[in-house]
Amino acid sequence: MSLAETLDMRPGKGANLILRGATVLDPAAGIEGTHDVVIRDGRIADLAVPGSGEAGGLEVVEAEGLHAFPAFFDPHVHLRVPGREDEEDIETGTRAAAAGGYCGILAMANTEPTVSTAADIEALREGAREQASVPVGFLATVTRGMEGEELTEMADIREAGAFGFSDDGLPIRSARVLRRALQYQRLCGGTIALHEEDPELSGDGVMHEGPVSAALGLAGIPSVSESTMIARDAALARYEDGQIHVQHLSAQESVAAVRVAKAAGARISCEATPHHLCLTDEEVRALDASRFKMNPPLRSEADRQALLEGLRDGTIDCIATDHAPHAEEEKEVPFEQAAMGVTGLETAFAALHTDLVLNEVIDLSLLVERMAGGAEPFGLERPTLAPGSEANVVLCDLSAEWTVGEEGYESRSLNSWCAGRTLTGRVLVTVAGGQVAYRLRSFSLGVAQ
Amino acid sequence: MKHLLTIEQLSRAEIDAILDRAESFAEVARRDIKKVPTLRGRTVVSLFYEASTRTSSSFELAAKRLSADLVSIKAAGSSVDKGESLKDTVATLSAYDPAAIVIRHPYAGAAQLVAEWSDAAVVNAGDGKHEHPSQALLDLFTLRRQLGSLDGKRIWIVGDVLHSRVARSNLIAFQEMGAKVTLCGPPALIPRGIEELGCAVSYSLDGLDEADVVYALRLQKERMKESFVPSIREYAGHFQIDSRRLGTRQLLMHPGPVNRGVELSGEVIDSPHSLIAEQVASGLVVRMAILYELLAIGGESPAPAEEDPGERPTPMGQPA
Repeated sequence: MSLAETLDMRPGKGANLILRGATVLDPAAGIEGTHDVVIRDGRIADLAVPGSGEAGGLEVVEAEGLHAFPAFFDPHVHLRVPGREDEEDIETGTRAAAAGGYCGILAMANTEPTVSTAADIEALREGAREQASVPVGFLATVTRGMEGEELTEMADIREAGAFGFSDDGLPIRSARVLRRALQYQRLCGGTIALHEEDPELSGDGVMHEGPVSAALGLAGIPSVSESTMIARDAALARYEDGQIHVQHLSAQESVAAVRVAKAAGARISCEATPHHLCLTDEEVRALDASRFKMNPPLRSEADRQALLEGLRDGTIDCIATDHAPHAEEEKEVPFEQAAMGVTGLETAFAALHTDLVLNEVIDLSLLVERMAGGAEPFGLERPTLAPGSEANVVLCDLSAEWTVGEEGYESRSLNSWCAGRTLTGRVLVTVAGGQVAYRLRSFSLGVAQ
Repeated sequence: MKHLLTIEQLSRAEIDAILDRAESFAEVARRDIKKVPTLRGRTVVSLFYEASTRTSSSFELAAKRLSADLVSIKAAGSSVDKGESLKDTVATLSAYDPAAIVIRHPYAGAAQLVAEWSDAAVVNAGDGKHEHPSQALLDLFTLRRQLGSLDGKRIWIVGDVLHSRVARSNLIAFQEMGAKVTLCGPPALIPRGIEELGCAVSYSLDGLDEADVVYALRLQKERMKESFVPSIREYAGHFQIDSRRLGTRQLLMHPGPVNRGVELSGEVIDSPHSLIAEQVASGLVVRMAILYELLAIGGESPAPAEEDPGERPTPMGQPA
C-alpha cells in the first residue's frame, strides 16, 4: 500500500512531470544513473534514457545537474494539534515537510490535550484530509494523558488508524506499564516509539552533563539517563517479542545498547536527529535556547562520532527531525527556563548535506537511504523511485546555497537550529503521495510543446 | 568594555585596570566626603530577582557614591511577581533610559539576554549557577592587597562547587591571574568535567596545607535532602575549615553569608586569617570601579591605557 493510500492528505491531482536528465539516486532500490524521470498521474511511469522520455502533456523540468531522490520520510514530527496551533498546525507543518523534501511524516501525540482516544485520531485524520500537503500519519499515546499509568484503548485506536504509540516528550517510567503495552501489542499491533530517559537521572538537567555544563553552571542530563532506559526497554521488548522504536538517540552508550539489542534479536529500530549528528554541546556556550536547547540534549563530540558510526553500520535505521516548534515567548527567556525543542523539517537534508556529505563524513547515498528509512519501522512502504511506484520524489540542487530563515519559514515557528546559517543543497520540487507538494518559488517549470 | 557579563570575557590587563581603579576609589573612600560627581545625571537600575544583601547594597551604594540616580527593583512586590517576562521588564525599564542595569537572576545567561535587549551597559550581579564576576573581582582585589601578585599562589576552593557561581567565576579569575586552583568537596558536589577548566580536583582536605588561600563556599542545608551529602554533620566532619585544619600562614575567604559551624568553625571566622570583612569592604570600591569602567570610560576608549588621564576619578573627586 502506497503512502497516499495508507496515510492521510488533502486530495488533489496526480503529478504529471518529467524531470529531464536528472541524476537519479535510490540506493535502497539499487537505482543510480542519469534518467528522464517520467511521472504520470502521480506514479513513476518510467526512468528513461535522457532525452527519450515521453513528455506529452507533462510539465517539463530541465533537471540536468539536479538530483532526484526518493522523497524523505520523517517518523518524528510535532504538529502541535490539538492545542498549540499558535506554534504549528497540520497545514503549516506539512508545508514545512514538503519544503524539506518529505513525502510523509508521523505526528507525535504529546499535544494539549494529548491524543489518547480513537476519536482523537479520527479528528486528526479528518483534519489531515483537509489540510495536509504531504501524507501524515498519527501516533497516539501509550498511556492515558501521558500519565504513565493506564494504557490507552490501543486496539480501538489502531482501528481508528493510528500508526503506533508513543508518550514522546516523556519516558514510560514504569517497566510494568511498558511491559503491559508490549503484551497488548500482540493483539493490536502498532510500533511503540520510546522517548528514553530516566527522570531520576535527568533531574532538572537542561543540557548534556560534561565539561561544558560544568563550566556554565547548568544542571546536566547524563548520557546514562538515556542508555539505561534503552537497555531496560530492549530487554522488555525481547522478553515480550514486542516491536519498539527508540527515538532521538543521542549518546554513545545508547548506540552501544541498541547495537547489542539488535544483535540479540530484539525487534528494535532507532532514529537520530540532524542536530545530534551535526552539533555538540559546545554550541550551548552561547546560551541560545532557541537554537540549541532540546531534549535529549546536544552531547559530546565522542557521542556525535558514535552516532555517525551507528548511522554507517546500520544500528541507526533512519534520520528523524523531532521537529518541535515553539512560540517565541517560550524561547526568549534564560536558557534554563526555555522550552526544549528545535524545528528541523525545512533544513534536515540541506544541513546534513552541508555538514556531513560535503565534508566527506558520510556518503550521499547513505544520507538519502537513511532520510527515507523512517517508514519501515512503522510498517509503512519505503518511498522509492522504482517504475510503477507512487511518485514520492524530491528534486534537489546540491550546489545551491541559501540562508536559513532569510525568506522566512513555512513552519509557524522560528526556533530552527539552523537559523541564520548558509546551507548548500536546496529542495526545488517535492512530489508527495503522487501530488506536487512543493516547488521553490523562484524555480519555474516549463510545459512541453 | 560595554558590559560585565562574565569573568571569562576579561583579560588579565582588563582585570588589573579595574583593580587599579578600585584602589583609587579606596583612596576616595577614606575622605570625609566620599562622593564623586562622575555619574551625575545618569541612571543606574538595580534589578534583583533573588535575595541579596551584600551585592545589592554595595552596588547601590557604589552608584550613589558616583552620584548616579538609582532605581532599585526587587522581584518580590514588583510586576515581576505578577508574571511579567524578563524581556518585558527590560523594555519597561528602558523607558528611564538607564546608563546601566545591574541584574541578579536565578538563571544562567539572564544578564546576557538583558544586554541583547537593552542599550544600557549591563552588569551581571550573579546569573544562576553560572557567574558572579563582581564577586571574583572583589576577591582578587582583597587578595592583591594581601599578597601582591597571585602568580604561583595555590588556592583551594572548598565546598559545594556544583551549585556555586562564585566558585566558577573565582576559578576562572584566580587562574587568569596566575594562581593554581584546587576544587575540593564531596564528589556529588563537584561538577563532572570541571577539571577541563584547568584546575585540580580533590575529594578530601588532605593536602590543604599546600594552600596559600582557602576559599570556603556556603553549604545549603537542603543539599542533604537531595542526597548530595548524607548529613550536615558528616559534611562538617570532612570539609569544615577549622583552626586545626587552617595553618598559620593561610588566608581564609568566604563569599558570605556563612553557615557558622557548617563550612567554617566559629573560631576561624573571627581569626586573623579571615579576610571575610575585607571582602565586604572591597565590594564597594570594586563595584564603583566596575560602574566607572562601564559608564565613564565604556565604549569611548578601547583600552584603559589609552584613556585621558584627566578622566581618572581622583582629580575629579570634588565633593558633589
